Amino acid sequence: MDLFEYQGKQYFAKFGIPVSAGDVAHTVDEAIAIAERVGYPVVVKAQVQVGGRGKAGGIKLASSKAEVQTHATNILGMDIKGHVVKRVWVECASDIAEEYYASLTLDRAAKQHLLMLSAQGGVEIEDVAAKDPTAIVKLHINPIIGINVATAKKAAADAKIPAKAQDGVAAILVKLYDCFTQGDCDLAEINPLILKPTGEVHALDAKVSLDANALFRHPEWQEYRATEELDDRERLAREKDLQYIGLDGKVGIIANGAGLAMSTLDVVSQAGGSAANFLDIGGGANAELMTAALEVINFDTNVKSIFINIFGGITRGDEVAKGIVEAMRRVELRAPIVIRLDGTNADAGRQILLDAGIPASKLVSKPTMLEAARAAVDIANAKVA
Amino acid sequence: MAIFVNEHTKVIVQGLTGGQGKFHGLRNRAYGTNVVGGVTPGKGGQDVEGIPVFDSVAAAVKATGADASFVAVPPKAAPAAILEAAAAGVRFIVCITEGVPAQDEARVYATLKRDFPNTRLLGPNCPGIISPGRCNIGITAGEIAQAPIPGGKNVGIVSRSGTLTYQALFELKQQGIGVTTCVGIGGDPVPGTSFVDCLAEFQNDPETSAILMIGEIGGSAEEEAAEFIKAHVTKPMSAYIAGVTAPAGKKMGHAGAIVSGGKGTAQGKMDALRAAGVQIGANPTEAGQLMAQIIASLS
Repeated sequence: MDLFEYQGKQYFAKFGIPVSAGDVAHTVDEAIAIAERVGYPVVVKAQVQVGGRGKAGGIKLASSKAEVQTHATNILGMDIKGHVVKRVWVECASDIAEEYYASLTLDRAAKQHLLMLSAQGGVEIEDVAAKDPTAIVKLHINPIIGINVATAKKAAADAKIPAKAQDGVAAILVKLYDCFTQGDCDLAEINPLILKPTGEVHALDAKVSLDANALFRHPEWQEYRATEELDDRERLAREKDLQYIGLDGKVGIIANGAGLAMSTLDVVSQAGGSAANFLDIGGGANAELMTAALEVINFDTNVKSIFINIFGGITRGDEVAKGIVEAMRRVELRAPIVIRLDGTNADAGRQILLDAGIPASKLVSKPTMLEAARAAVDIANAKVA
Repeated sequence: MAIFVNEHTKVIVQGLTGGQGKFHGLRNRAYGTNVVGGVTPGKGGQDVEGIPVFDSVAAAVKATGADASFVAVPPKAAPAAILEAAAAGVRFIVCITEGVPAQDEARVYATLKRDFPNTRLLGPNCPGIISPGRCNIGITAGEIAQAPIPGGKNVGIVSRSGTLTYQALFELKQQGIGVTTCVGIGGDPVPGTSFVDCLAEFQNDPETSAILMIGEIGGSAEEEAAEFIKAHVTKPMSAYIAGVTAPAGKKMGHAGAIVSGGKGTAQGKMDALRAAGVQIGANPTEAGQLMAQIIASLS
């Protein structure tokens, strides 16, 4: 779950990481009120989860009430690479002496935490890595040991952060580690981490991605879920508790298991089509789940065929078939279904589908995944007469 | 032979009195797995269809001599359950629990490595392990797995995905190919057991003649496997990688299945495995067919 900058900064602040005084505004009036409160000059920043905000004109410095009014008016509602700006963050402008970079992630290969630190901040870290890999210090942290101030200070020195800033950087790194671990982040990144002319070190940006599996111990995350940028299909799927990701193609996909669902996307592509979505209905493909899944697929007007790909393990094919027949009674579908049913009791399942007397224009059964993919793609790609 | 578990493995189920634990624990027993006990704090002395329940893993191990545990408890309780089993001397722990936070997984992994280096954890968020005809721990439907053919050429399977594992088992069974052991390592960011761990075991298992591997996008486990195969695996292999068409930045169901920063793509993984001499199927069926050809050529 990716946070907006303003949420990331508020999250940082909970763990004592210094950020600029500021607040989030949904309207021009709110933006002005915040600017009057924190004092000029301020920076008005578009809150979108996409890079290149500055270039798109989504970040502006304002020295007066009139300028805040102008910039907030322009930025609110602005479209940045398909993301409409609904909120701006207004914060006290900072004088910058130097810009650094700091991040914490999980290094899956090493099965340890990874601190990345560089004296070259304010630019994309990938660019720094490409130009001069030695400019980035990578430090593995054992999750049951953690990081202390001394280790953090050594990392800062290794990253060639000047001596005058090392204590401030080290203090922030220790707090960032608390935020990353206790705050259940997948990523906690500060870019830039700035040194002010006054000698203070301070997070000027915040990029935080949270581990959705930890939601059970973070009731405060509910507010972040409410602002997540989902399309209408994804929102409906979430209400129905389905693992759904919207895509741009014409073949609606329902599969049991994440691996099989991914694989279904692949075979549809190999057959010359494109998937409208990823949807994993998990193990228990009963009538309720199948109905919910078909409702979500049906909501997508791009869908021209529906590919149901089920492999019965513990889930029995006959039960899946009953679920589909029942779901088709409940939902009036916009597109025909192509089904591939295999595994435990698949023969019985296919017989149930046959006996249900569903016309071939609404449901076709194919014995293999590839044949089913081809049939679904043929239907989706057929020219309308 | 089989790897990790066999007919002698004695299994306890942590969470035997809960819904998942009871359902799958009893299924595992019905398959022929030596399920000797269950653990639910506060319910010691009860039994679940004849399987004795204990208050702690230590008590269960003391009474039954169990050497493996099947952890089927909710995400909140799973880390403590795994560490309890390790502390009680259980050598092989299978955790099917889905939804364990990555920070907990990383801490559990590091704790096991430091304090219980001889304990192996499989999972979390995995379908489990089956040595067909001998032992089934987890949620795999035993009837779709073909037991090893005596005197024949048999296959070992290792997979990051549940349903695709079942499909692989099923397809090999259709072709009459036996399976020594099928290990589902799970799709989470910090799995206790990796591809490499399983490949090393299969390479050393005299009964396993060839290895089928199923990977997916995200992380670098397949690339690490490719390095290992190049250096250490002499047995023929086929593989399939799911997620060729997955868009970057979207988690595809599994917590670990995400292409980020151009890393962890299916193409990169396929290239690495191909360079290590692994035959790559464009879909799971093709990987199964490739394996059937490999077995035919060995026989």
